[in-house]
Amino acid sequence: MSFSWARPYEPKHPLMRWIDDRLPLPRLVYGAVGGGYPVPRNLNYWWNFGVAAGLFLTIQIITGIVLAMHYTASTDGAFNSVNGLIMRDVNAGWLLRYAHMNGASFFFIVVYIHIFRGLYYGSYKAPREMVWMLGLVIYLLMMATAFMGYVLPWGQMSYWGAQVITGFFSAFPVVGEPLRIWLLGGYAPDQAALTRFFSLHYLLPFVIAGVVILHVWALHIPGSSNPTGVDVKDERDTLPFHPFFTAKDGWFSGAILLLYAIVTYFAPDYLGHPDNYIPANPLATPAEIVPEWYFWPFYAILRSFTVDFILPAKLWGVLAMFSSILLLFFLPWIDRSPVRSGAYRPVFKRFFWLLVIDVIILGWAGGGAPTPMRNVISQLAAAYYFLHFLVILPLVSAFETPLPLPRSISDSVLHGEEAEAAPVASKPRRSRTATAVAE
Amino acid sequence: MRFILGFIGAVFAGVLLISLISGVATYVKSPPAPLASEEFHLPPKHVHFASDGPFGRFDMRQVQRGFQVYSEVCSACHSLKLVSFRDLKALGYDDAEIKKIASDWKTQVPSINPDTGEETTRKALPSDNFPPPFPNETAARAANNNALPPDLSLITKAREGGAAYVYSILTGFQNQPPELLKKFPDAKTPPNLYYNPYFANLNIAMPPPLTTDGQVQYSDGTKPTVDQMARDAAAFLAWTAEPNLEARHAAGIAVVIFLLIGTILGYLAYHQIWDEAKRAVRPTGPLDPENQAKARRAKAKAGVAG
Repeated sequence: MSFSWARPYEPKHPLMRWIDDRLPLPRLVYGAVGGGYPVPRNLNYWWNFGVAAGLFLTIQIITGIVLAMHYTASTDGAFNSVNGLIMRDVNAGWLLRYAHMNGASFFFIVVYIHIFRGLYYGSYKAPREMVWMLGLVIYLLMMATAFMGYVLPWGQMSYWGAQVITGFFSAFPVVGEPLRIWLLGGYAPDQAALTRFFSLHYLLPFVIAGVVILHVWALHIPGSSNPTGVDVKDERDTLPFHPFFTAKDGWFSGAILLLYAIVTYFAPDYLGHPDNYIPANPLATPAEIVPEWYFWPFYAILRSFTVDFILPAKLWGVLAMFSSILLLFFLPWIDRSPVRSGAYRPVFKRFFWLLVIDVIILGWAGGGAPTPMRNVISQLAAAYYFLHFLVILPLVSAFETPLPLPRSISDSVLHGEEAEAAPVASKPRRSRTATAVAE
Repeated sequence: MRFILGFIGAVFAGVLLISLISGVATYVKSPPAPLASEEFHLPPKHVHFASDGPFGRFDMRQVQRGFQVYSEVCSACHSLKLVSFRDLKALGYDDAEIKKIASDWKTQVPSINPDTGEETTRKALPSDNFPPPFPNETAARAANNNALPPDLSLITKAREGGAAYVYSILTGFQNQPPELLKKFPDAKTPPNLYYNPYFANLNIAMPPPLTTDGQVQYSDGTKPTVDQMARDAAAFLAWTAEPNLEARHAAGIAVVIFLLIGTILGYLAYHQIWDEAKRAVRPTGPLDPENQAKARRAKAKAGVAG
């Protein structure tokens, strides 16, 4: 692709040549995920989560399409179609449903790791700003899709979650309440809301797939970043995507699927809330309304604002919650350090891990009932979140002295020549045994 | 731009600080009053069911006994809307038995008289779901002091603690402890409610359903103590909530083994492919084919058998 040593596609079979002359699809695949895409050879396992995210998007679309064949998008029928028909009578319906439920959670798990990898290794920096921002667009679309999907079974948490989340819009003055009513198609979540959520829940994954194509396209212009953050200099720094990274992604995807299968088959409801097995009841508010676990950090930020200070507390919460994601779009310009990788930024590295802990604390705070203690912790953690991105990061990038960078990627790989030579030296012996056996 | 963003960050942090201070001040000025339901609520009892754990399977004899408890006791008030009579086949009943259970069921299924077109009822068929004891919510509330007995199809999935919670509720009825009344004189259990520390707000509208040993006569010789009946009912409701549990566990074991083998093979293939790349990192050095050939020649010259 972008590197001069990237191999152009040469069809081996006449049929492929015939196709390639008329529609260069084989060429596209070869250049995108084949031998024609040179990848920095020093990628570590944190770089495997992008492919894993694509895998879960595929799983979600396939299971979702089949589930939609059996689902009834009506307030009377939705709960029974999921918990009666699909879970009991559809062939392997329980598997489809649990795979879809937990597939959403695993999609978020791998995407969160993918995002934090980008934060640590400075993957958002030039020339990959567009890759980063398209990734954030995917993430926002995922949040919208996941929220609407959670409404579809029409359980108690579905209903009250929809009530709370669409309520965000009513925080805005003047336009807020009419906007909320327009979005819901009524004064509260009801048939109109359920049907449109179903329609959009079916549409948005394909929009996500489209933005994923743009995301990968934008990635292929500069090529993948790498753990040193040093630019690729020559051919020795790279390996073709296929077979090296297809093999690496292949076995690693198997390992992630293994974890996914264990949760799906042996603890399918572990990540869910019991209240969603109670049919939606507009007259009975659950003891506590909590969203799915992947929204807990943002829910904590929302709830942390408890005082009407100039603006109403609710509006502060909603503004802060939206800002907490939108500020990430500015990250390439907030963090001006020329060094990409956190491995060579001693101060940044400390604050990065503080941020990881902070987000975990926010998740804990957003997942439980708001006790006074939890509120205080949540407020401190939310304040740190904003200070981290908007105050600490610009200062760190201005004052930090980074460690010396390796001259090139191959240099960084070569550091342990002797250590590396040992296992490989045994290789010829193995082939000799093979010849002996053949004889 | 960074100054504007830094300012926004400081504003959010400042408002959070104000929220924090005002929250702490409110807490100090008027600490929240302790609630009886916070202090006296108990987590579900520890009780084991055959269906627990990753390899769990239902004890179908127990589930059958639980079905008997449901049909003789619970079904007077609680519906089981998502379960149909034909599902009982999984418990070990044959077609004739299921037909009989369905047609003998105490409530009938709403129907239309084929001759007059008038509303009527008919006997249940194996293909019917369990008909609810009350025709609608209003009727159910009218017969139960305005409380609504929840549908039991999914009850073990809809409550924290699952089957253990159901068992704890069924065996948890007791008199209100005197310490509670001493500490919270206003928290006396109101009339028509029953004290049960396993229930979230301590006072449940359901009267104790299982009160005496032998309330249900088991045909398999199991002694029908209250504890046993509660255990069996909970086991039955674990089955109604998750009838495909055994298929799920069996498939899960197969899938995990399959993925494990696939992942190991993938890992070995990955190593095979990367070993070459790792050698190719530096075409010079001891592993350079030319140098290796030199080394071999030197060894041969020295008379070392290679």
